[in-house]
Amino acid sequence: MDGAHGGEKTKSRLCSICNQRRPALKRPKTLQQICRECFYVVFEEEIHSVIVNNKLFKPGERIAIGASGGKDSTVLAYVMSELNRRHNYGLDLFLLSVDEGITGYRDDSLETVKRNEIQYGLPLKVVSYKDLYGWTMDEIVKMIGLKNNCTFCGVFRRQALDRGAALLKVDKLVTGHNADDIAETVLLNILRGDIARLSRCTSIITGEDGPIPRCKPFKYTYEKEIFIKDLERIRPRAILDIIKSGEDFRIATSTKMPEQGTCQRCGYISSQKWCKACVLLEGLNRGLPKLGIGRTRGVNRKDDQHNDAKNIQSKPCGSLDF
Amino acid sequence: MACNGTGCESGCYKDSTGDEVEKSSTKKLNGDVNGDGNHHRHQTTCLKCKAAEATIFTGGEGGSRFCADCFRSNLYGKFKLAVTSHAMISPTDKVLVAFSGGPSSRVALQFVSEMQLKSQKNFDATAIRDRSLPVFGVGVAFIDETELHPITCTDFNKAIEDIKEIVSNLSPTKKELHIVPIRNIYSTKTSDGSETLKNLINTVSDATGKEDLLSHLRMLSLQKIAIENGYTKLVLGSCTSRIACHVLAATVKGQGYSLAADIQYADARWEIPVVLPLRDCLIQELNILCSLDSLKIVEEFKDSRGGINGLVSSFVKLLQEENPSRECTIVRTAGKLTPFPFNKIPETNTDSNDVHLASQRRHKKFNLKPIESLPPDSFCPICNSPIRDLQSVTSFTNSQTTPELFGAACCSSCQYQILPEELSSMEEFYSFLPQSIIERARNGNQKWIREKIQDCLILDDEDEV
Repeated sequence: MDGAHGGEKTKSRLCSICNQRRPALKRPKTLQQICRECFYVVFEEEIHSVIVNNKLFKPGERIAIGASGGKDSTVLAYVMSELNRRHNYGLDLFLLSVDEGITGYRDDSLETVKRNEIQYGLPLKVVSYKDLYGWTMDEIVKMIGLKNNCTFCGVFRRQALDRGAALLKVDKLVTGHNADDIAETVLLNILRGDIARLSRCTSIITGEDGPIPRCKPFKYTYEKEIFIKDLERIRPRAILDIIKSGEDFRIATSTKMPEQGTCQRCGYISSQKWCKACVLLEGLNRGLPKLGIGRTRGVNRKDDQHNDAKNIQSKPCGSLDF
Repeated sequence: MACNGTGCESGCYKDSTGDEVEKSSTKKLNGDVNGDGNHHRHQTTCLKCKAAEATIFTGGEGGSRFCADCFRSNLYGKFKLAVTSHAMISPTDKVLVAFSGGPSSRVALQFVSEMQLKSQKNFDATAIRDRSLPVFGVGVAFIDETELHPITCTDFNKAIEDIKEIVSNLSPTKKELHIVPIRNIYSTKTSDGSETLKNLINTVSDATGKEDLLSHLRMLSLQKIAIENGYTKLVLGSCTSRIACHVLAATVKGQGYSLAADIQYADARWEIPVVLPLRDCLIQELNILCSLDSLKIVEEFKDSRGGINGLVSSFVKLLQEENPSRECTIVRTAGKLTPFPFNKIPETNTDSNDVHLASQRRHKKFNLKPIESLPPDSFCPICNSPIRDLQSVTSFTNSQTTPELFGAACCSSCQYQILPEELSSMEEFYSFLPQSIIERARNGNQKWIREKIQDCLILDDEDEV
């Protein structure tokens, strides 16, 4: 019938769920060929059941959606607003974006986020490095050059969402971390020998004892990365199997996590006296940007440097009541 | 003749292959000199004896440099520590070493034989006194898989000759060699094991699944040899590198729960307990030892791993090149997972036996932490891995199994990568399975179930009391 697609296969060329429409895609997760309409339905219902089964949210909670403008977070924003409406979660949703202050880098994605704001009717808050730390990435690069600036950007970004979430006074932060990200984390923790983190990296809510819990409704949803990509090519299911392994690992409940404290300066979670962001900021503000990058130097190791800290006047990072 | 092997061999080695090793070592040293020139002088001496010149550089944790003698004794030391601290071999044992022809199992064979030689010497020295310990026995098994991976007849004959030569050259006592085709897992009555085996493998569509099924069958085969010939332990040559690959591969296959069972020093879930004395040795080290002592390796049967296993081993190899302690880290991390109760050699119930007491006296007792975890509910009939939550544990109330019930009893990983999806091919697959696997599905892993309920069982001789 359909001349373009060769006669013998016409029989199997129907969506394997509704058996009516032509399939538009092959789901990597199940290898089923399904049509566009069915895909939306299954995908959204899967996310819904993950949310319900794991009791991710309670009615009336304020939830920030980490939005980068990329496809994961855009889909997350759509699905969250759609499910919230459809299933009456009763959640107050916000979009939360971070602006690192790199000229020409975030502009496009921030535009996307702004479109999402209008499209899904979700209020958007953009927090910039400038607001949070007093420095834009451009300024930091000017100060320390092109080497090592990733350290700053990475450390600052790790906290930025939490800090933004604290500003918005939300109860939880949802991120678009998907199955691939989590599978990758499982493998990384094995390679690094970090048994403690291995035990918790697959949990869908992290940081419950911390200031703002993070949820990952996309935990069982797909994406990619080198070794993982190769694996997926051979066996798409491997990603989910890695997560399953991570969940099933027989790790003694007594496994000690590194003790979690709070930064004496800003109140953010930190295993050291000062959190990494504060150490780096300290360096920037004192004009010693290498502070906290190398191995031997650092505020946390030298208590007597403490006195100098008071002299820093410029650009303090705001302390937050987490 | 009477001279203790190691000493003179090292001399011989220096004469023959010394040049080569030295060349490569100077190359490495040049790199070091650039790094920090001050320590140049110290860099060349062996880390252990601090006298001889180091010619061997190993990766592993921290990376070390050794002279040939120290390297050898260090490697043997790791083996010996594993054996003694986990009670792997006791004097009354008869040990079967699984030999594949590769470097790992070659070294395992060598070390077990050296250990036997030493205990023979001890025996001879103390024979006058009656307390002396017997010397454990050693046998060698080679599983012939040529019907699945055909090689030419001449290659095969040469390889078999090589294996026979290797085994016959091991001093002191003669070791029995079992060369057994893998089709022997089928009972001898069914004449055409070979066809059935091929059919079984061919019903599996997944490449990785095929490989894994074959390795499960290999274990089945080794167990069968051990049982039929009265062996009490099965020694595998699995080294750190191999185990690291298994950790990642098992993770990728969703076997996170059962993983801890496979990577311990001892694994007594099998009829004949399996021990891994080379668990702490890297493949690089084993390769070095093989070339150092000219240990013959049989290359003809080298298996190339494909699918997920192949991908994982090339990934681990890459990681190891970047960071020479990566494999150790992987195994150490996975080693922190809680093992199962069967991951230790069961205490022998020979309380009144002098031999046992004597061996206790002789053996250094290590404080092995008891494994405080509940035994699993059931085991997968195909791969024998423990299964956490068995939905179908009650399925086998009567002693009949059907393909469906069998499928339901398997672990999820085997269900996915080994069992055929279609019912008709599943029936075929089931009909090709060796009897012992069907038995396992029917009875569960009886050994462990029996041990679990041991206290409640009434023994025959107790009856009369």
